[in-house]
Amino acid sequence: MSRAASRPGTDQGAGRWGATEVSVRHEKGLALDRVSFRASAGQVTAVVGGDGAGKTTLLRLLAGALAPDSGVVRRPGARQTGYLPARSGIYPDLTVAENLAFRAAGYGLPAAVARERTAEYLERAGLAEARDRLAGQLSGGMRQKLGVIAAMLPGPELLVLDEPTTGVDPVSRSGLWWLITRAAAAGSAVVLATSYIDEAERAAWVLALDGGRELAAGTPDEIVAGVPGTLREARSRPAGEAGRRAWRRAGRWRVWEPPGAAAAAGPPDEVIQPDLQDAVTIAALARELAGAAA
Amino acid sequence: MWAMIVKEFRQVRRDRRTLAMMIVLPILLLVVLGYAASFDVPTITVAAAGPQASSVSGLLRAPFSVVSQEPDQGRDWAQNQLRDGRANVAVVTGGSRPEVLIDGSQLFAARATLAALAKLENTVSPAGTTATAAVASPEVTVLYNPDLNTSDIMIPGLAGVVLVFIGTIITSLGVVRERQSGTLEQLAVMPLRPRDVFLGKIVPYFAVAAVDLAIVLAVGIAVFGVPFRGSPAVFGLGALLFLFVTLGIGVLISSVSQNQGQAIQLAVMTMLPQVLLSGLIFPLSSIAIGVRWIAYLLPLTYFNEISKGVMLRAEPLGPLWLPFTCLAVLGAVVVTAATLRFRRFLAPSRVRSA
Repeated sequence: MSRAASRPGTDQGAGRWGATEVSVRHEKGLALDRVSFRASAGQVTAVVGGDGAGKTTLLRLLAGALAPDSGVVRRPGARQTGYLPARSGIYPDLTVAENLAFRAAGYGLPAAVARERTAEYLERAGLAEARDRLAGQLSGGMRQKLGVIAAMLPGPELLVLDEPTTGVDPVSRSGLWWLITRAAAAGSAVVLATSYIDEAERAAWVLALDGGRELAAGTPDEIVAGVPGTLREARSRPAGEAGRRAWRRAGRWRVWEPPGAAAAAGPPDEVIQPDLQDAVTIAALARELAGAAA
Repeated sequence: MWAMIVKEFRQVRRDRRTLAMMIVLPILLLVVLGYAASFDVPTITVAAAGPQASSVSGLLRAPFSVVSQEPDQGRDWAQNQLRDGRANVAVVTGGSRPEVLIDGSQLFAARATLAALAKLENTVSPAGTTATAAVASPEVTVLYNPDLNTSDIMIPGLAGVVLVFIGTIITSLGVVRERQSGTLEQLAVMPLRPRDVFLGKIVPYFAVAAVDLAIVLAVGIAVFGVPFRGSPAVFGLGALLFLFVTLGIGVLISSVSQNQGQAIQLAVMTMLPQVLLSGLIFPLSSIAIGVRWIAYLLPLTYFNEISKGVMLRAEPLGPLWLPFTCLAVLGAVVVTAATLRFRRFLAPSRVRSA
């Protein structure tokens, strides 16, 4: 019997994993405040947000490393959940191959399957040459890749990856993404946390968190389409109240005008189409302004 | 330099455990050692056998204290009293000369007995009265350790110290390492039961400790000529129980430590009293009662009794029931506590929602 099935606060969903209205308290308040979220098989779902947004807490819930104080977490059993914790979960004093062998045995993978997958994933991740090196001696990017393939090894229904690409060079990042999309193509529901919003654009579904609360959720297109008001690009920061709704991006200024707001006086500017990063920034800004007004 | 001093003090202040250790440990050590550090044997227990058994207590003064008298019993009974640890000395009357049997495995009691007997003879002989007849030139036999070798009594105990070392320090490091490398969380979500993780953690150390024990014994026997007179099976059972307790303590320590430094500190704090108070160095009977109770909470105290009893006196399982039971109880308590603590990391979902 799976561990999850016997656990209160979780239930088995049919191919669809996630959380409903979950809250997690810690000493300083709420780490997660009634967050809902879903992950579908064969898709990559991204959880985005800055430091302290609650991404890791949500992923730990999904992986089964933490239980919610309230709400329901839907996850498969431990045998069907692959997890890359924020600190990679790799033993630095074991070799690459030994790490994978331990993971395979821990998940009860048949030896032949384990051998086959290990060889294939090492090859795909570009780690075949490093199989006998101690994991502690690998570069940051290589160690992350090892963490990802270790989490993929059991062929889990739910693959939970906490910031798999943070601190990884661009070449390794694309290698990692190749692995991640492959896991999704093989039928896993992949949930990953990232602080890079451009990465989240590749995901089928995005949850943006801020201070433990949901900021925006949906497909990247839905989130972008849902941006209220107008976004303009300006050469310099507008003066006055509009300045509080402006932020710098790629050497220029973005100014957001809520629905019904008067266009800012100042240098001529042009209306632009927001992207996911703009949409998340605007959502955070709107919440901040609403909080200030209240 | 001032910046460095301030930084260091700030760090020390944050590390409460080190701070407590720096302040409390010296006081604790002084008090414990002050009461414990004594080789003087206040009482020497005597078992008397033979027709004149009842008159023996009249003849012996402090530190001797007759704990049993059996006029109908003979030398075999007397020797069994020593073997089973019921008395330090046995007096067998009824022959042409009384025979005094001394348990050489209780080194300090044996030495004190020899000294006291010599004094007794000196004070009694000049008077030349009838009392002398009973005491005069008793036949003294030191059993189990006739030459009163220190190594004979130290090595069975040292075997225990080696096991404490492996069991506590090495095991505590093994688990805390998982926490420091961030792999404990990975273990927590893997489809492993807490019991599997617990046993998987201690079995390798168990095996290493068993090999170490065999080496210590082999060296003790081959190099130091320590006898092994009793049953290896009884000894093995004792070692097994003792290891179980010690490894459990190791896991318990690591489950309450955040890093390897803390684990080592705690491990040393449990080892120190074991080495000092378990009867290995200072005889238990010499330790003041206010401190002696600590000894009865320490697994090494019981292992010491078992290993000395089995190796030197060929003590069988029966009379050793008390140390065996105490070890089993300690083991159950420690392993339960360690498993419960372990669960908090390994099945956090279950614990939080409970």
